[in-house]
Amino acid sequence: MVTEDSDTRIVTPRRLGGRIPLILLSVAALVFPWVFEDAHTQHVLIMIFIYGLMALGWNIIAGYCGQISLGQAIFFGIGAYSTSFLFANFGITPWIGMLFGVAVSLVVAVGIGLPTLRLRGHYFAIATLVIGEITQTIFINWEYVGGATGIWIPIVWDNPWYAFQFHDSKIPTYYIGLAFLTGGLAFTYWMERSKLGLYFRAIRDEPDAASSLGVDLGRYKLLAFMIAATFASLAGSQFAQYILVIDPDTVFPLLLSILIVLMTMLGGLGQIWGPVVGAAVLLPISEATRIYFGGQGGAEDLMIYGFLIVIISVFYPRGLFGLMERLIKRRDNAGS
Amino acid sequence: MLSIRNLEVSYGDYQVIRGVSMEVYVGEIVALLGPNGAGKSTILNSISGLQSAQAGVIEFDGVHIESMPSHKIVRLRLAHILERRRVFPYLTVYQNLWLGGYNPTVRDERKRNLERVYELFPKLRERETQLAHSMSGGEQQMLALGRGLMADPKLLMVDEPLLGLAPSVARHTIEVLKQINQKGVTILFIEQNVQTAMSLAHRGYVLESGKVVIEGTSSELLNSGEIKRVFLGG
Repeated sequence: MVTEDSDTRIVTPRRLGGRIPLILLSVAALVFPWVFEDAHTQHVLIMIFIYGLMALGWNIIAGYCGQISLGQAIFFGIGAYSTSFLFANFGITPWIGMLFGVAVSLVVAVGIGLPTLRLRGHYFAIATLVIGEITQTIFINWEYVGGATGIWIPIVWDNPWYAFQFHDSKIPTYYIGLAFLTGGLAFTYWMERSKLGLYFRAIRDEPDAASSLGVDLGRYKLLAFMIAATFASLAGSQFAQYILVIDPDTVFPLLLSILIVLMTMLGGLGQIWGPVVGAAVLLPISEATRIYFGGQGGAEDLMIYGFLIVIISVFYPRGLFGLMERLIKRRDNAGS
Repeated sequence: MLSIRNLEVSYGDYQVIRGVSMEVYVGEIVALLGPNGAGKSTILNSISGLQSAQAGVIEFDGVHIESMPSHKIVRLRLAHILERRRVFPYLTVYQNLWLGGYNPTVRDERKRNLERVYELFPKLRERETQLAHSMSGGEQQMLALGRGLMADPKLLMVDEPLLGLAPSVARHTIEVLKQINQKGVTILFIEQNVQTAMSLAHRGYVLESGKVVIEGTSSELLNSGEIKRVFLGG
């Protein structure tokens, strides 16, 4: 697995060409907070980065490797609680807390994945769903980590980079989120072109054939799940450091796990940009409905999501990203 | 080369294989015949480790493989080409073949094996960068065979290689399987049509409701009255 030979033929031919759109997008993302200084717009972008990173992880286990996890909130919550708890109780910098969160998430992912990913069928999906619910209940009743009220991260004004808290401006949070999202995208890009990506897609599409050719299904599924857990955990830590108040209902709910699924499916399952496109479409809707209808626990945004998902899966099964690709290709063909 | 003794396989409470014993000798082409639901695919799946057996012994080249996981069995140079080909649809022809040479036993010989496969199926070389799902059924069957041969097998098991192929393509596939056999690969395959199967095989086993009911050489099977009863239910 580690030995890379220089065989370029194992790389799937790229469909969407051109570095120019990518460069333009990067420049736009970098200058954005200086152009749009309004806090609310920046807030929406930060949420897109955080949820987008979590969705990128789900895309690896589900979109590329074909294993449906309905419990990504487990790792988001672990990430959020790790940084908050260690900082609130021991003053440990959230950067260390973040790594601690990833370590715990990996252990939990192995604990869930090892017995369930070997089985065929829906065991894994059901197991992640149930364990997600159990985890939330445990945290609600676990007084040592704050029980149902959760953790209020102590506000610190000096040394913002150590405390991972930025009260003067959202800009540092924005760039940290952007950096992590870029890391997630870069990883996906590498994975897509590597042997690992081949194994994942072989397992997704024809598990029996992959196994009969010698691919150890259990091992690679577990690896994909561990990657997904890492992404979700990193996203959770950033979320906690941004919101500064966490409780089991905000970081562990089933709704969060489902939201990530919807985002990825809307944007394009198994497409590198899918999760980010999905997050960029759904989160502004969420924020807009919250403003428009008020924050009183309405599910208007979910109704709109549901409607969008139905439309997309009926007409564009490859998601919005697939649709964009098709439009670009059509334009290219017309141009040549 | 391959020896199966008293194999029993159940799906839940339902026993599908009820004490099957079979032998495949080096260099042979052996057919596994029988009506739908007789358990033919289940036997191949048990041999390659995709299905676990409740009882019985499977020995390949002197190694007991009945409780070995699938991804390790292929390393012993036992390739299994699944029913309905199962090519990886969104991978290119080359990627499919590359994965065929994945297992550590043959990884270093990948280039040589690829050349052999391309010699046998020149069309695959032309289609190297094409996605597998965009190929015709016959081409996909060639790809599935080629992918199996990338493991440089001593024994090649093929589940219904002729299923859904046009007659001319089916004839060509039979010729290719004979060529593969002449190069020293032992073959065990599944086929529904007795006449077709016997034009390729040296010997055959007829399975009915999870038991071997007839076994013999091709000419013995063709002239057997019992075989008509099995297939026509007479």
